[in-house]
Amino acid sequence: MKARIKITLKSGVLDPQGKAIEHALGGLGFDGIEGVRQGKYIELELAETNPEAAKAQVKEMCKQLLANTVIENYSFELEEA
Amino acid sequence: MKASVIVFPASNCDRDVAVALEQVIGVRPNMVWHGDSDVPKSDLIVLPGGFSFGDYLRCGAMAAHSPIMRDVVAKAKAGTPVLGICNGFQVLTEAGLLPGVLMRNASLKFICRDVSLRVERTDTIFANRYGNGGVVTFPIAHHDGNYFADGDMLDRLEGEGQVAFRYCNQDGAPADEANPNGSQRNIAGIYSNCGHILGLMPHPERLADEELGGSDGRLMFESLVSALH
Repeated sequence: MKARIKITLKSGVLDPQGKAIEHALGGLGFDGIEGVRQGKYIELELAETNPEAAKAQVKEMCKQLLANTVIENYSFELEEA
Repeated sequence: MKASVIVFPASNCDRDVAVALEQVIGVRPNMVWHGDSDVPKSDLIVLPGGFSFGDYLRCGAMAAHSPIMRDVVAKAKAGTPVLGICNGFQVLTEAGLLPGVLMRNASLKFICRDVSLRVERTDTIFANRYGNGGVVTFPIAHHDGNYFADGDMLDRLEGEGQVAFRYCNQDGAPADEANPNGSQRNIAGIYSNCGHILGLMPHPERLADEELGGSDGRLMFESLVSALH
């Protein structure tokens, strides 16, 4: 199975990189941007074929390593290979 | 007193801190590779500065899961003093030994310069040689030193006396303009609940010899020797 994982900053956590992207887009003439939040996207190829087991596995990976849950949220989708 | 310095791939202050420790303790510290499984019996474990694992994923995240860290965490929980400097502080937060997280500097710039710090407590094993409320000079050299924890955690840290150092101006006031990286409440370093684990972004080992421009950092190692010898 394939897991597509999105890691985003929790609301309330300042995102200076998002701010810098917002400024840069403004400099390129893209007006009307009301906010930018940046994050990470990770794809995993899993040997597991059972969706429930895969879900539990990916959740554990996110909690233990892929996200820092002090400042980040994670979400993911599973896709059959 | 015996100290151990953990060496990760891309640690780069491991030898500096070993020299600073040896000058004060008189004994060469053990240099312990991250892939080892046991830290030799030590009175102090040091996680040095650097860019372990290239700062991949998040600073300190990979190092926090190195084989040696299982033993570091176990020994820390059993009471062995642990000092994490810069990347070592990041590793301590990622390993769950200290609360909060070090985020990208608010300016987005790597900052390398001396800063003034207010010593918040002098009744600890790390700071007993400093004057109360004193202002010291340590260098910083980091891209991700912006300390963040939620409001409840910050209140708890303050209430329990866990703030170790704050960025301040030369008069000792933790002013906004003295905050180099956007850290919440100007926090530069924190203690664990029991006070035997310290993580800080500034580098005491880089100003531990008058010939290098100052020795405020040396007092931290002297404090440890007087507490742990």
